[in-house]
Amino acid sequence: MSAPSTTEARPRKPGTPPGGRRRTGAYGRAPQDTPAGVGTYLFLAVTTLFAAFPLYWMFVIATSTDEATAQVPPAVVPGDQFLVNLNEVFTLQDVYFAASLVNSVIVATTVTAAVLFFCSLAGFAFAKLRFRGSRPLMLFVVLTLTVPNQLGVVALYIVMGKLGWNGTLLAVIVPGLVTAFGVFYMRQFIVNSVPDELVEAARVDGATTMRIYWSVVLPAIGPALAVLGLLTFVATWNDFQWPLITLNGTDYPTSMVAISDLASGNYVIYRRVLAGAFVATVPLLVVLVIGGRRIVRGIMEGAVKS
Amino acid sequence: MRYVPYLLIAPFFLLFLVFGLFPMIFNGVVALRHWRLDDPELTGWAGTENFRRLLTDGDFGNALYNTFGIFLLSTVPQLLLALVIASMLNRRLRAQTWWRVGALLPYITPITASTLVFNVFFSRDFGMANWALGLLGIGTETPIDWRADKLHSWIAIATMVNWKWIGYNALLYLAAMQSIPRDVYEASALDGAGPWRQLWRITVPMIRPVVIFTVVLSTIGGLQLFTEPMLFDLNAQTARGGAGGEWQTVAQLVYKVGWKDLNLGYAAAMSWALFLIILVVAALNTLLTNRISGGRR
Repeated sequence: MSAPSTTEARPRKPGTPPGGRRRTGAYGRAPQDTPAGVGTYLFLAVTTLFAAFPLYWMFVIATSTDEATAQVPPAVVPGDQFLVNLNEVFTLQDVYFAASLVNSVIVATTVTAAVLFFCSLAGFAFAKLRFRGSRPLMLFVVLTLTVPNQLGVVALYIVMGKLGWNGTLLAVIVPGLVTAFGVFYMRQFIVNSVPDELVEAARVDGATTMRIYWSVVLPAIGPALAVLGLLTFVATWNDFQWPLITLNGTDYPTSMVAISDLASGNYVIYRRVLAGAFVATVPLLVVLVIGGRRIVRGIMEGAVKS
Repeated sequence: MRYVPYLLIAPFFLLFLVFGLFPMIFNGVVALRHWRLDDPELTGWAGTENFRRLLTDGDFGNALYNTFGIFLLSTVPQLLLALVIASMLNRRLRAQTWWRVGALLPYITPITASTLVFNVFFSRDFGMANWALGLLGIGTETPIDWRADKLHSWIAIATMVNWKWIGYNALLYLAAMQSIPRDVYEASALDGAGPWRQLWRITVPMIRPVVIFTVVLSTIGGLQLFTEPMLFDLNAQTARGGAGGEWQTVAQLVYKVGWKDLNLGYAAAMSWALFLIILVVAALNTLLTNRISGGRR
């Protein structure tokens, strides 16, 4: 059931640009133009299944009794204990799970909002304003992308200690408020999507720089804000190492640290741990449903330019 | 109004200086000092003591060995599979977007959450991995204990890493593949090159910059592996990476030395050493990838 060898490519696929020449038969075509055969679909179906399975199984165990993790062959159908398990997670005495979720929401939304604001401002300046040193400064921003920040983690902990921020959400929020990737990404987008003439015209009309940012630039970069916002939210929500270090031993960490607390101890109750893990994954699944298409585009565009 | 542009870019530079660059440099200073959280009296210069200690520290050697083992088991299959998946996604597909979004499911899943699922998956007595291998007739006599030795724990952890990043890398490759001129394929097909040959002889060389980019990214990421080895431990808080440190990585050891043994000076020296190692390996990998993917035409 492979490709029907017609000369007519079905033109209803908006993603594929129309090829200039068409040859007879599938043989002389680029892969992009070759209709996928059964083998391809089968292969992709299997890999997608593998990608989705751990998530599904997280839900299965989160809804089951203890037996589900202690039987052969393993359970593959969700049980009916979700509310029971959820209740246990949220009423645990030593892990304040609800509070940790609230903390994650606070951290991820604050960081995302700040990244969008600061990065679009800086991106605008680098893309459309002329000032001394703008080129070397932009080069510096790009170079910082290659510095693995994590490796300064011991010293960062000491710095936070001097500021008195260890154990507070400030230690997690403040370093993330603006990112080099965000500045770079915004600059690229603004260079391409905001015409110089528009900025000039606004300037001639007497608009201040901030006014131009607000009423010319911002309305034009909606898609970039969406992509950067989604990527930042996912990354911030999932961050584990630094929150674990700086929020170590506090009662109210972020949800990722709380999950690791659930899984620490001599006897780990997986239905409970994974019920918690599932709850902390739901916001990201929502993000994927809302913005999956955009995230895909963002990642793919980021790749071509780097 | 000449200062306005500088105000707009100031937040990045301020934050980077305070929380990025300064800690990096200061880390080097801390590495040359005594700095213990449990004994604030013990301060002052240690000279190269922390670094000299690294050379004879069996734990560090072991962690380095583990890190490279897991790194090899994860990066190579990860990028190869991503390449194959990308070339599949690069055909004319129905529900194109759907497949691409599906590839991102692991990317958005928190590593903490997925690692715990894999823990159940790789449990010795009731794990799905052993059950599936049992169907193939492997390990039916004595089930595999995934936490008992290096190779098995490495495979388990590499599986988690691969699961997480294959789809992401596939999308990067796909993006690059779509900008390859079609004529190249048409010409090679007329010369009789099949899809497999086209993938290795045309696609890979033509997307070389992105391949190098992903190799560098996964080198940096792989050598700093932390969350998976931490939570694969059934008692994560110990940060030991198995009873005998079977899968303890360097990043994990830095955490243990710094915040469990409370010796920040030594932890800083370790992380600096790791940084230098990453630089060297990333450079080597870049050269190697460049040679492999571009040596022939």
